[in-house]
Amino acid sequence: MSNFENLNDINSFTHFSELDISTISNETLIKMLYKMILIRKAEEKISDNVENGVIKCPCHLAIGQEAIAVAAGLSMIDGDKAFGAHRSHAHFLALNENTYSLFCEVLGKEDGCSKGMGGSMHIIDQKNGFYGSVPIVGATIPIATGAGLSISLKKEENISISYFGDGACEEGVLHESLNLASVMNLPTIFICENNLFSSHLRIDQRQPDLYTSRFALAHKIESKVLDGNNITELYKFMKNQFISVRKSHKPIFIEALTYRWKGHVGFREDEDVGVKRSQDLSKWRDRDPILLLVNELIKENKLSKEELKKMENEILEKIDSDWDKALNAKFPDKSNLNNFVYS
Amino acid sequence: MSKQIKYSKAIHEAFTYLLENHDEFFVIGQGLWSPWYVGETMKDLDKKFGKSRVIDTPVSELAVTGATIGASITGFKPLVVHPRVDFMLLAIDQIVTQAAKWRHMFGNNSSAPATFRAIINRGGEQGAQHSQSLQSWFAHIPGLKVVMPYDANDARDLLISSVLADDPVIFMDDRWLYDEVSFDKGLKLLDLKDVKPEIISTGDDLTIVGSGYTVKQIIDCKKEISKLGVEPEIIDLRILNPIDYNIILKSVEKTGRLLVVDGDWSSCGIAAEVICSVTEELNPSIFKSKPMRVTLENAPAPTSKVLEEDYYISKERIIEATKKII
Ligand SMILES: Cc1ncc(C[n+]2csc(CCOP(=O)(O)OP(=O)(O)O)c2C)c(N)n1
Ligand SMILES: [Mg+2]
Repeated sequence: MSNFENLNDINSFTHFSELDISTISNETLIKMLYKMILIRKAEEKISDNVENGVIKCPCHLAIGQEAIAVAAGLSMIDGDKAFGAHRSHAHFLALNENTYSLFCEVLGKEDGCSKGMGGSMHIIDQKNGFYGSVPIVGATIPIATGAGLSISLKKEENISISYFGDGACEEGVLHESLNLASVMNLPTIFICENNLFSSHLRIDQRQPDLYTSRFALAHKIESKVLDGNNITELYKFMKNQFISVRKSHKPIFIEALTYRWKGHVGFREDEDVGVKRSQDLSKWRDRDPILLLVNELIKENKLSKEELKKMENEILEKIDSDWDKALNAKFPDKSNLNNFVYS
Repeated sequence: MSKQIKYSKAIHEAFTYLLENHDEFFVIGQGLWSPWYVGETMKDLDKKFGKSRVIDTPVSELAVTGATIGASITGFKPLVVHPRVDFMLLAIDQIVTQAAKWRHMFGNNSSAPATFRAIINRGGEQGAQHSQSLQSWFAHIPGLKVVMPYDANDARDLLISSVLADDPVIFMDDRWLYDEVSFDKGLKLLDLKDVKPEIISTGDDLTIVGSGYTVKQIIDCKKEISKLGVEPEIIDLRILNPIDYNIILKSVEKTGRLLVVDGDWSSCGIAAEVICSVTEELNPSIFKSKPMRVTLENAPAPTSKVLEEDYYISKERIIEATKKII
């Protein structure tokens, strides 16, 4: 018997769920929508400018996966610390809507969140709880675990968050880190964004099972599989769990199943290093996390089409103006090259 | 009456000082609750300061090192112990690709001031996988500092300053030095940035540079070298990256001769680095003879005692090299 749901048949996915906005405040619902659209449009801007050659650094886009970062971001409080990976624009923007800072960074400009020294793959915003992202697969998992150790030693009521992908679960460091977090009782939230792909390989070509949360079981860490495109489910679960982990100081593992619309890196869509995904993609587009929320909000009379249009226009204006400003921003001082090596 | 201090005791004093005076310090690593791994250098620290600040761990070098780095990014000045350099290699990504680059790649907005204590533990027929030191490897990496004390006072003071520094530091102590004693100068708080190579004894005829255990070996050869009619100037590098060359350059300008002794392999090593940097800087005419180096044989460490004798640096090899130079 196969351990996989039929990966080609989206209807066979058993983890899909219906949105339920009933217990979430209007204010939060609108914030969710705003943030998801902001991230989508910012990444589309980046995508266009990768395509036209203005952005040179490798950009891994999370279009289609926005709900996870936004749900987690909205569940974080002051003092919580999140670490990302190569696909982290959404994690960053969910905590701070500063598209100017992100645009400057991908353009290698001085006003970037890493002063133009990092590019798309090394972004940081400690003030708002984003403690850094790096493109070495799995590398921030033990670092986030160590942030959990910090919180634990200081006896703070906070959490650390490690975002990683299904591919990172193939790295040994995940298993060492889960064991450590479990045996030391660290308040670390392991969030696996399982988008079924690691670069060009689908998960059934790399692992014997669809669900990466099975690894949590081995380390006696509680886990939950969620519909990664259902922001209300993600938010309710994360909000509650983050509160309880801040007190319990016991790690948890959240697996959010989702799908990235773009190829592994860059602007192309259905075709990723020779992998044709057009059929899957069109089905996943119907499960667009933004669309699902919009439909629900309209159905429940919490949002009108006009209000949506207005929000989108506002966002587009902000993005265009931040982009233009970023294009005109200064490049870093050449002395940074040697000045930032040591303290 | 002069007070003496043993190298291993000096390391213990450093830990005691840090645990007593710095809440932002903790130490983590394999074997910290057992004297078997770290000798006397950390004896009973867990009992005195508690097992939450002196933390023993699962056999997970990579995650434990990463967690140490994570703690350093989020407000601590922690130290992770690797009872052998060989074990630390499982954590290379975290040390070389994460910690060393953290400040630079985030534009000085963050840093990873963790200390990695790598114990050099070799000889005794332990063989190829329990004998490496690899200081040159680590010294190759911009963003990492590499500290290698010879003197017991340094073992204490440089351990403290490594931990308190705002940069990631590899601190390498050598078990062969643990029973060595020095005159105890008393604990001195140093800023790692100000620490430079030190002249251990002055001489006019030959500059001999060593680091860690090789400094002791050079000193042990001093009498015999003097008998050859030359006075060596012995320099202890103390920090292998970044190296401050001023003192070495001045010395070689005076002596015209340079011998570097490094307890690691020769290829792309610290000895090569020192010789190259000195010859690049100085006018060729000041050299009275070709610079030389004494290093390990270019092979994995053997087990058999007979082969070990040839493999490791001996007094004889240092004397032999000295004779060739003068
Ligand atoms: C240690 C390491 N190995 C390989 C790579 C190349 N690589 C970059 S991203 C990636 C895929 C990772 O997949 P996943 O963790 O599922 O994240 P996703 O791209 O799906 O967001 C790979 C293999 C790398 N950056 N680091
Ligand atoms: Mg993936």
